[in-house]
Amino acid sequence: MYENKRLGLLFVLPFLLGVLGFKLFPFVMSFALSFTQYDIINPPVAIGLENYNELFNKDPLFRKSLGVTLLFVLFSVPLRVGFALFIAHVLNFKLRGINFFRSAFYLPSILGGSIAVAVLWRFIFSQNGLVNIVLIKLGMDPISWLADEHFALWTIVLLFTWQFGSAMVIFLAALQNVPQSLYEAAEIDGASKWQQFWRITVPLITPVIFFNLIMQTVHGFQEFNGPYAITEGGPLHSTYLLSLYIYDQTFKYFNLGYGAALSWVMFALVATLSGLSFWSSRYWVFYSGEKEPQR
Amino acid sequence: MNAILASERVASEHEALITLRRERINATLRYAVLFTVGLVMLYPLVWLVGASFKSNTEIFTEMGFWPSQFDFSAYVKGWKTSTEYTFATYFLNSFLIIIPRIIVTVISCVLVAYAFARFEFWGKKILFSIMVGTMMLPLIILRLPQYLMFKEFGWLDSYLPLIVPSAFATDTFFVFMLVQFLRGIPRDMEEAAQIDGCNALQLLWHIIVPLLKPAIISVVVFQFIWTMNDFMGPLIYLSTVEKYPVSLALKMSIGATEEVQWASVIAISVVALLPSVAVFFMAQRHFIEGAASSGIKG
Repeated sequence: MYENKRLGLLFVLPFLLGVLGFKLFPFVMSFALSFTQYDIINPPVAIGLENYNELFNKDPLFRKSLGVTLLFVLFSVPLRVGFALFIAHVLNFKLRGINFFRSAFYLPSILGGSIAVAVLWRFIFSQNGLVNIVLIKLGMDPISWLADEHFALWTIVLLFTWQFGSAMVIFLAALQNVPQSLYEAAEIDGASKWQQFWRITVPLITPVIFFNLIMQTVHGFQEFNGPYAITEGGPLHSTYLLSLYIYDQTFKYFNLGYGAALSWVMFALVATLSGLSFWSSRYWVFYSGEKEPQR
Repeated sequence: MNAILASERVASEHEALITLRRERINATLRYAVLFTVGLVMLYPLVWLVGASFKSNTEIFTEMGFWPSQFDFSAYVKGWKTSTEYTFATYFLNSFLIIIPRIIVTVISCVLVAYAFARFEFWGKKILFSIMVGTMMLPLIILRLPQYLMFKEFGWLDSYLPLIVPSAFATDTFFVFMLVQFLRGIPRDMEEAAQIDGCNALQLLWHIIVPLLKPAIISVVVFQFIWTMNDFMGPLIYLSTVEKYPVSLALKMSIGATEEVQWASVIAISVVALLPSVAVFFMAQRHFIEGAASSGIKG
């Protein structure tokens, strides 16, 4: 029965229609729209590369937003993935209460995207909020976290890092698959814990590190709820991520063509970064079953 | 001879003692790290719950989470909102989106995962690669064209744009998760049932679905929480306040005025998190494992 090709195609049909109608068609359409001027009321007018010309050469806000986005991704993704690996490593031990800790660390990652948590963040980093109360108790000066352009982005980075749980459980599952015998052998040879971590653990879980890095980078570029609800892109556009700029251009100012061009720049960025990681993965990602790294 | 043996025994006992001590130190260190990180991570959430019972002035002066006096007025005030609707409306709206969406997601994703994991058909490999590829596609690119499509369909300001795409297994993360899970299940039972004359749909319903139950629970929980959290979708498609879900209503309450009514906003935030937290703790065992397995390529 499982060889019945028509039956298989029938079951996969919803996905085929869905991916064509809701993913690929919009994908192509957005590309086409990026070469037009379109305000939703009048029909789109083809203007060639004008949108791209404008955003690369004449739009300082785009440059600002791009810089903020890159800074954000550059810090928040390694922080999240690194922290996830670190905590997974600490958890990967016959400890009592490991399930409790696992759930506790996982919780922020599923609540973190909500507006309610954005409210919480806005509140604990406000002028009289929890963080400043603690700073004052410690004898330090309070900081205007959300009103100072040098600090606001870091509160968003922190919010992103705080949600390391989903990457952590993936790491934990991978760590539990590393054969214990390898550590025992290394122990006998006198390898320190530190050496064991870098020489055994890390090489064996490179596929999972790779997976998490790519997925979290995609997430990082799409971060929206946090900056939208906490800082609204401010102060002085210091948290104005590309996703916010795309949203504003598209759904606030109705420069649909320009918004599409912006989103394609973001796509090109994500695709380039993923491509680079895939290319570099030949040199540092090892899948089990391979005798030696591919060249 | 005996002396040598004895001294060796002493030496090995000594070594065992050292290992034991080292393991104890190791465990203590790990607990210390876990407790510290856990405290820093979860304290804000705990504090939020405490703050929701505090008076407006106490919120901004106390770092302890226990309120000096329990004050429920923030809840009453927050629930009423400054709009003409109460949060009862907004919660109802959220559930009107969540429940149909979960149902169509589970049906479509199970069907598609079944096809991918068990059947042979033309174009399967390409289609599977496309599915994995769309998981890496930033969804914000699709927002505008989708908006225009739904405008053409006359679906704006309704819940259809938030529900219908899920009926076509577009939440590819779930399909991927279910496929991974199905691949790990041996086919013996299906083969036996097939010999007994089950057709594909009976097989799916009587054999596959029960086996997939833990993975399906993961799908339900994730879809519940993500839809509850979803903000950009409703923000784009809904324009009538009467139809707002909780996420939009909550944003409205901190954006409406410059002077935020913190006490009531905090109280409502706590209430808004409750359904997700409840679902999380009810199903945490199953679905953390499901989430973990999605990262391992099969």
